[in-house]
Amino acid sequence: MSTCCPSPSPAPRPSLTSSPAFWYAGTGLGLAVWVLLYELLQPFATWAVAQLPVAPGSHLEEALAFFLYDTPKVLMLLTLVVFGMGIVRSFFSGEATRRLLAGKREGLGNVAAASLGIVTPFCSCSAVPLFIGFVSAGVPLGVTFSFLIAAPMVNEVALGLLFALMGWQVALSYLGFGLGIAILAGWVIGRFHLESWLQPWVLNVRMGATQLPDMRMTAVDRIQAGLDSVKDIVGKVWLWVIAGISIGALIHGYAPADLLASIMGKDAWWSVPAAVVIGIPMYSNAAGIIPVVEALLGKGAAIGTVLAFMMAVIALSLPEMIILKKVLTGRLIAVFVGVVGLGIVAVGYLFNAVFAG
Amino acid sequence: MTKDIKVLGSGCKKCQMTAEMVQTEANKLGVPIFLEKVTDYAAMAAYGIASTPAVVVDGKVVHAGGLPRAEDVDAWLAEA
Repeated sequence: MSTCCPSPSPAPRPSLTSSPAFWYAGTGLGLAVWVLLYELLQPFATWAVAQLPVAPGSHLEEALAFFLYDTPKVLMLLTLVVFGMGIVRSFFSGEATRRLLAGKREGLGNVAAASLGIVTPFCSCSAVPLFIGFVSAGVPLGVTFSFLIAAPMVNEVALGLLFALMGWQVALSYLGFGLGIAILAGWVIGRFHLESWLQPWVLNVRMGATQLPDMRMTAVDRIQAGLDSVKDIVGKVWLWVIAGISIGALIHGYAPADLLASIMGKDAWWSVPAAVVIGIPMYSNAAGIIPVVEALLGKGAAIGTVLAFMMAVIALSLPEMIILKKVLTGRLIAVFVGVVGLGIVAVGYLFNAVFAG
Repeated sequence: MTKDIKVLGSGCKKCQMTAEMVQTEANKLGVPIFLEKVTDYAAMAAYGIASTPAVVVDGKVVHAGGLPRAEDVDAWLAEA
């Protein structure tokens, strides 16, 4: 740095928390307590429901049992996944990802961009600066789109909740299909060569050569980054989780078992595109929607149909399109939504076929 | 000397929190600053950042992406 005199050393922190051993031991202890609590959840929920003055086997009992077991379970698994993802993300940044992708060819570039979209820290309000940063640094348009599709769709909240409520097979399939859509949709958009459909000013932006200071992080910094993202993300979505599980519990306890079979079941072929069309403009949090989706599954809805709905809600939304309107023309947004929407419909059918019976 | 500090961001919540945090820390340390929020995307690109909120101190990018930590803010302000 071009300072005229040596910068003062940072203020000494309290000795205990500055020692790495404190953080390692704390993390280990935290994980041990987590496992212990997790093991106790089922007996606790059974015991708690038995204490309540409700008739065994009643609708109310079913709903309460679902709520009392699933709420802590989902919140605990979510916390763990978000913590892990926070640590993984501390190894990545938007600037470093841009450097990695600049000059990459289409094809392999789409694969790299979609994968980096999952692990690079991203918030929807960063979408425009990121888009401009990528395009002006020479990242091909289709590759940029692969990133922009994967980043919101495959996120830790969705993965954590799917894992907690529907098992690792579904979570892993969601990850794989989400990546697949991002790679293919980005590649298709790239094939169209729609650079002229960007808002005109975007192509004139000159990217500065400013280098970020080398932010070297220690292992303790990364643990703190994990804790920060727990505070930030879990602190924001826990209410959504509880609201979603409450609605899910009501559906579990009260909705007739075959309620949705005729409109959202596997035999209603039109339900997948219909679910996607309804889901695209909607904006909701993965945290609120997944518990509801899980409850619908028990009532005759097909898994591909509900997951397609969920992907459409999370990946595409009206507020996002309004933000993107600053850099993309309406025509390009329409292509973007159309290609991604078709990809989600295809995944919905695939899921229905793979998880049939 | 008054420090020239720019917070780059689209005006989202985190960007506002970052700006408030810089102001609070500056008041605490008694460092005079001139704080400016940059919301123009072309101007952001000129600084070479791709994630917001970002912080520029006296023309130098010191941070990009997410809320900075208070102790980092103090370090930027303390630097002569």
